[in-house]
Amino acid sequence: MTPEETLEILKNKFPDSEFTYDNELPVDAYIIVNPKDLLDVCFFLRDEENLQFDTLMNLSGVDDNNATKVKDEEGNEKLEGRTLSVYYHLHSMKFDHKFYLKVSLPIEKPEVESVESVWKCADWHEREAYDMFGIIFLNHPNLIRILLPYDWEDGSYPLRKDFETPEFYNGMKIPY
Amino acid sequence: MPIKTEEMVLNMGPQHPSTHGVLRLELKLEGELILDVKPHIGYLHRCFEKHCEAMTYPQVVPYTDRMDYLASMSNNFGYAVAVERLMGIQVNERVEYIRVIMAELQRIASHMVALGTYGVDIGAFTPFLFLFADRERILTLFEETCGARLLYNYMWVGGLSHDIHPDFVRKTKDFVQYFRPKIDELNNLLSYNKIFVERTANIGILPADVAINYGITGPILRASGVKWDLRKNDPYSIYDRFDFDIPVGEGLKGTVGDCWDRYYVRVLEMVESLKIIEQAIDNIPEGDVQEAVPKRVKPPKGSIYARFENPKGELGYFIISDGSVNPFRVKVRAPSFVNMEVFGELCKGHFVADVISILGSMDVVLGEIDR
Repeated sequence: MTPEETLEILKNKFPDSEFTYDNELPVDAYIIVNPKDLLDVCFFLRDEENLQFDTLMNLSGVDDNNATKVKDEEGNEKLEGRTLSVYYHLHSMKFDHKFYLKVSLPIEKPEVESVESVWKCADWHEREAYDMFGIIFLNHPNLIRILLPYDWEDGSYPLRKDFETPEFYNGMKIPY
Repeated sequence: MPIKTEEMVLNMGPQHPSTHGVLRLELKLEGELILDVKPHIGYLHRCFEKHCEAMTYPQVVPYTDRMDYLASMSNNFGYAVAVERLMGIQVNERVEYIRVIMAELQRIASHMVALGTYGVDIGAFTPFLFLFADRERILTLFEETCGARLLYNYMWVGGLSHDIHPDFVRKTKDFVQYFRPKIDELNNLLSYNKIFVERTANIGILPADVAINYGITGPILRASGVKWDLRKNDPYSIYDRFDFDIPVGEGLKGTVGDCWDRYYVRVLEMVESLKIIEQAIDNIPEGDVQEAVPKRVKPPKGSIYARFENPKGELGYFIISDGSVNPFRVKVRAPSFVNMEVFGELCKGHFVADVISILGSMDVVLGEIDR
C-alpha cells in the first residue's frame, strides 16, 4: 500500500483531524499529524487489518531551527515559531509497506503522547529524544536521561541547535 | 514453610568481562532468581550525532567506523549508500561487487567475535582462540586493501578509498576454502558440546510476536523463527543478484528463540556469507572505484531513512539535508541499542548465571549503543 492510500484511509477514519502530506522533500514523504491525535492514529495504524504497521523502525527527534523574526508592538524584534519535531518511521512486516509520520511541537511546550504502549521499542527511542532535545513524552513509564549521565544539568539538551558546551560539569572545568 | 529471602540489588558492571564493554546492569534478585534487570547505558557516549552536524558529509564516514567497531565496513557501507541515495549517485559495478564482498567478510568477522566471546562467557576458551586466529585472516585482507585493521574509512560516498590489490581475489578464495571446514570444527568444538547446550538451550526464550513489537532485528529476530533479512526483503546494493538462504531458528536443542538458536543462527549465517562471497568474487568487473566520488558532496534539501542488514541487525540512517555541505541531522538507529531493550524481559525468572548466557547471545556492541 502506498503512503497516499494509507493517508486516504486515515482521512476517512479521522475526519476531524488534520493531516498534511509533505512531499516537497525529494526522497521521503511525511504525513504531518496533529500531536493531540497521535496516539489514536498510531493505535489505528497498528491494528487496522489492511495496514498492520507492527514495527517502529525508528523514532527521531529533530530541532527544526525554523524561528522567524517577528516585530512586536514596540518594534522589538524577537524570534518565534521555532518547533521541535518527532519523526516516526513505521513498517509492516506482514505487508512490507512503510509509512512516515511527523509531529511538530512548539519549543516552549514540546509535549506529545508517548507511543510506548503501541510499540515497546519506542521506550528507549523516546528517552533518547528527551535526553537530546527535551521533548516530553506524556505517559511514558520512565522518562529519564539515557545516554547522558543522570546528573546532567536540567534544561540542557545537547542536540538542540542553540546548545552551548558548558564550561563546568559538576564543578569540574571541562578542558576542551 | 517456604524460606523467604530478602530482595537484593546487585550491580553487574560497568567493568565486568561478561558485559562486552562498559554496560551496567542493575539486577534485582531474590536469592538466585532475577526479578528485574535495568540496563544503564551511556558510558561510551561521545555524541556522534552532534559531531556529524559540524562535519561535511565525507568527514562523517570515519565516525561511523567507531559505532559498531566490530563491523566498521558495514557501517561505512550503510552511510555511503544512504548519502548516495539522497544525492542520486549511481556507483559502478566494480564498486558494488567489492562493497558486497567486504561487507560479507565483515559479517563473518563480526560473527566470529560474537561466537568466540560467547564461548568464553560460558566457559569454553578454545573456540575463542581458534576463531580469533581465523578472524585475523580477514583483518589481514582488509589491512592489505586499505591499511587499517579495525577502523577502515573504506567506503566513501560514491566509491571506495582504495582499489583492491591484485592478490585480493586469490587470497579471498583461499580464505573461503580454508574457512568452510573450520565451521564444522566449530560445531564439534562448541555448538554441540553438551555443557554448552545445557547452558544455552531453553534459556531466554524470545517469542516472535514479542520480538517484532520490540523492534528486534537481525540474527536475534531470525532465531525466533521470523524469516526476515533486509538483504532479501528490502534489497540494497546488488544483493538481489545472489543466491543465499536466510537461516532461522528451529529449536534444534530446545525451544525456538532460545540462546542456543541465537548462537546457531550466526553459525549458519557465516556459511551463507561464504556463499555470497564465492558468487561475487569471480565476477568483479573492471572499472575505476573513484569514478563517481563527487568533488563536493552537497545533497539537495530533503531527508532519507535508509536501512541495512548489519551483522547485529537493522542499521538505519536517518539523514536530513538542508542543502548545505553539512548534514542538518543524522540519527542512527543502532541495532544493538534497540535489541538491548528486550534484555530485561528475557532475564526475568532466570538465574544470575543465565544473565551472562543471555547477554552473550544478544551480541551487543556498546560503541553502537552509546554512540
